[in-house]
Amino acid sequence: MAREAVIVGVGDVPLEGGKVVGGGSVLQVQARAAKAALDDARLSMRDVDGLLVAGLWGVPGPGQLPSVTLGEYLGIHPRFADSTNIGGSAFEAHVAHAAMAIEKGYCDVALISYGSMQKSERSRTLGGRPSILTMQFENVWGIPQPVGGYALAAQRHMHEFGTTEEQLAEIAVATRKWASMNPAATMRDPLTIDDVMNSTRIADPLKLLDCCLVTDGAGAIVMTTAENARAHGSKPIHIRGYGEAHTHWSIGAMPDLARLTAAEMASKRAFEMAGISHDAIDLVECYDSFTITVMMTLEALGFCKPGEGGAFVSGQRTAPGGAFPLNTNGGGLSYCHPGMYGIFLLVEAVRQLRGEAGARQVADVATALVHGTGGTLSSGSTVILANN
Amino acid sequence: MSETYEKPQPVIDPGTKPFWDAAREHRLLLPRCRSCGEHHFYPRELCPHCYSDDLEWVDASGDGEVYSYTIARKPAGPTFAADVPYVIAMIKLDEGPRMLTNIITSDVESVRIGARVKVSFDDVTPELTLPKFKLESE
Repeated sequence: MAREAVIVGVGDVPLEGGKVVGGGSVLQVQARAAKAALDDARLSMRDVDGLLVAGLWGVPGPGQLPSVTLGEYLGIHPRFADSTNIGGSAFEAHVAHAAMAIEKGYCDVALISYGSMQKSERSRTLGGRPSILTMQFENVWGIPQPVGGYALAAQRHMHEFGTTEEQLAEIAVATRKWASMNPAATMRDPLTIDDVMNSTRIADPLKLLDCCLVTDGAGAIVMTTAENARAHGSKPIHIRGYGEAHTHWSIGAMPDLARLTAAEMASKRAFEMAGISHDAIDLVECYDSFTITVMMTLEALGFCKPGEGGAFVSGQRTAPGGAFPLNTNGGGLSYCHPGMYGIFLLVEAVRQLRGEAGARQVADVATALVHGTGGTLSSGSTVILANN
Repeated sequence: MSETYEKPQPVIDPGTKPFWDAAREHRLLLPRCRSCGEHHFYPRELCPHCYSDDLEWVDASGDGEVYSYTIARKPAGPTFAADVPYVIAMIKLDEGPRMLTNIITSDVESVRIGARVKVSFDDVTPELTLPKFKLESE
């Protein structure tokens, strides 16, 4: 019988005010998240024979070979490793890669890990990227990264489609409403469209409240075979489809600034693999580095046509009680954003599919779509998950 | 021209040296593919349109239009703090490629997508010239 890869465990670490409770090194917090996910899966670290990791820690130095360093720290000897780093969407790609490895029999239990202590360590240094290779044509102009690239996309989207700043603000407001129901969320106070519109201008047309947070965070996902899940009595989440793509890193090389080509490519493949239509999706968790990211992603995923994202999110349609539940943990905009947020999209989708999301639980979630975006609208990876 | 230019400077490599050398002579140089005829930017070893290695350097007109732009209200680090607000723009050159740059203007609010622009070379050090742009209307 063919092996089927499933997700059997998710874990994270407690956050308060955007910092990991109790602190710790970036390796300590990943170990804690991994243990939580393995406990959730009713598996042990000694079962892990596949390790997938992406992060921005320990560079230059031990983080240059992150799976090798983390494997050593955890005391395991993986026979399958994947350090694919395509930005914040890496973890959705890791789910796909782990599924292929497990179904091929290349490993039996895969651990996907992410950690960042950027807020506690005040280590965020995106302004300091050296002007080498492709970057020599980017940062000499003083483009604040990554917000500047997203601002260029937002401006072009507004020009081509008549999208308004108020429509972008709808996304920040709706996401904050979800965060108010998540005790771990960094920002939980109510927000209005006016609050967003009047927040500090950063890079026109984006303002402070269009931008994600800067926090700590750690998360982990455990995958194994459906057969192994049954044997351990853990509750499997099925992977119905996946896809990934990347198109550029320099914002100057993005194929079309008003369209998220990577998400179009990734999601098309995921839907084809799943063999389902958009109507079958009960819940979407998508990367929200900036409000414009969400709008362009919804269009690229095909939930609305190109240019219709503004109308789609208007009237708080993505808020609790709205027609289109989205980013139900409060997202990168209000829950947490440790630098590469994508793993938390998966953690939240699994909790919603299991009915474990507490006050923010969406009713009758059977199928969820998770989409990560990385770099400067550079990469996209989609995973379609189901609980039956 | 400032003797203490603190902003990021390109780490010029063999693949990009002709572009930066030409900028110092106030020429905007673009790679063009002899196989498919397309220009591209930034310079590559293989044409990103048809993957041919039969490339040549050609002088660009220096004309184009604003494809998108942002006004930086917060600087990209302390070395840009004195310039706020300043315009970062993506220019669609008349030859086809898009190029990130600055628009030098006395009124940052006047920049619009579609506006015609012309290259304006900024000699920031004796060794480095940055090809920036100005609005034709200005």
